[in-house]
Amino acid sequence: MESFSAILIEAIGLILSWDADVIEIILLSLRVTLTAVAVSCVIGLPLGAVVGAFRFPLRTGVLVAMNTLMGLPPVVVGLMVYLMLSASGPMGVLGLLYTPTAMIVAQTILVTPIVAALTRQVIEDLNGEYAEQFESLGVGRLDRVLALLWDARYSLLTVALAGFGRAVAEVGAVIIVGGNINHVTRVMTTTIALETSKGNLQLALALGLILLAIAVVVNGLLMAIRGTAARAAYV
Amino acid sequence: MSEPAIDIRAHSAVAPQPLMSARGVCFDAGGQRLIDGVDLDVLPGRCTVIMGANGSGKSLLLRLLHGLLTPSEGSIAWRGRPLDRAARREQAMVFQRPVMLRRSVAANLRFALSVRGVRGPERKTREAETLTLARLDGLKDRPARVLSGGEQQRLAMARAMISAPKLLLLDEPTASLDPASTLAIENLIAQARESGATIILVTHDAGQARRLGDDLIFLHGGRIAETGPVVRVLDAPRSKAAQAWLSGRLFVPNNP
Repeated sequence: MESFSAILIEAIGLILSWDADVIEIILLSLRVTLTAVAVSCVIGLPLGAVVGAFRFPLRTGVLVAMNTLMGLPPVVVGLMVYLMLSASGPMGVLGLLYTPTAMIVAQTILVTPIVAALTRQVIEDLNGEYAEQFESLGVGRLDRVLALLWDARYSLLTVALAGFGRAVAEVGAVIIVGGNINHVTRVMTTTIALETSKGNLQLALALGLILLAIAVVVNGLLMAIRGTAARAAYV
Repeated sequence: MSEPAIDIRAHSAVAPQPLMSARGVCFDAGGQRLIDGVDLDVLPGRCTVIMGANGSGKSLLLRLLHGLLTPSEGSIAWRGRPLDRAARREQAMVFQRPVMLRRSVAANLRFALSVRGVRGPERKTREAETLTLARLDGLKDRPARVLSGGEQQRLAMARAMISAPKLLLLDEPTASLDPASTLAIENLIAQARESGATIILVTHDAGQARRLGDDLIFLHGGRIAETGPVVRVLDAPRSKAAQAWLSGRLFVPNNP
């Protein structure tokens, strides 16, 4: 087995060479993850805002469910989606198994509870500050939710980025529903798992470094957004 | 039912209908009666000042009159009808600590108009007029939360006035403001009155009460200790609570 330094040098060489296969894997990873995060935000932001802004029967039950679902084991989600999309499953007719769409569905199921639960916390805090003023102004329910979402926009961007971080690093669910098919459903995490098992450590490490770089960029963005928002007194 | 605490029909040749009436209003919280049997009539165009020591129930009474809290007993009527959400939309309240939305000064004003359904050219016109009225033109694009305390309170006043409320409830709007900022707020209150708004003002400032008020309600321990024209109550208070408070002495109930 080659030394770690030799593997690292080869991995960096792979990254710098802009290998077409590597680029394809990165782009598919980003496409799947960004789509899943976008769908999760469309569902999770209003859901979290409604739960955070209003009191209603069974709200505590909804809160418990949301917080529990945050910790969903990815392999269980992958298995559930697999059962739904497999040929004998209720949605098998759609033919989505082993496609990027199936991976998006699995990641959306994983990320939506995170987005919803974190949004609920952010909106509940902000609503505590605004509630009396909103009552006084006679703000309706829809206007209230929209105003809270808008005024919490910087905090909610960090929520979306947290969801992105969870999705892009996820491997258990996407490998089950995607199948890790070359040029079709192979993403960074599944490739790292596969190439490591094959002993192709250079490619695995190259993708690992890129994944780390993405994590650094996401955290940098988080800091920048918080700094910008704090300077503008919007947090 | 007892007689209302404030009723200026005696001062008027033609008796106007009260804008707001409270009858036997009580409010309990934490096993304590915090507001106890308040009766009052608020007549259109008047400025009613509510004074009293800290903890006497001034802010609580204001919230009850605005419908932000529901009385434990008694009733509050708005133009002879139960105080409801629709009635509250004809009122506006300015809180002691202004709540600034996380957006610009102008956007704070636009929000107040948009929730009232005012849009398009009318919204632009009213926004511009109100910015000028509150002398906030030069700050309109600034985030509201970076404004000074005085500027934030001016914006809160402007946001309350922009919807042309019939009743303006002001909870110590000049507390902890410097004289210049206080004067700016008092000018806005005067302009609101000129526009026809009725005012209910909570203040600790006897000078401000004299400058702005017509009638005074003195609260003590959640009850109305004394009412009457501002000058009379401040110059010749009849209740022990008001006498003690105005002379700077602490008044403990049942042990005067």
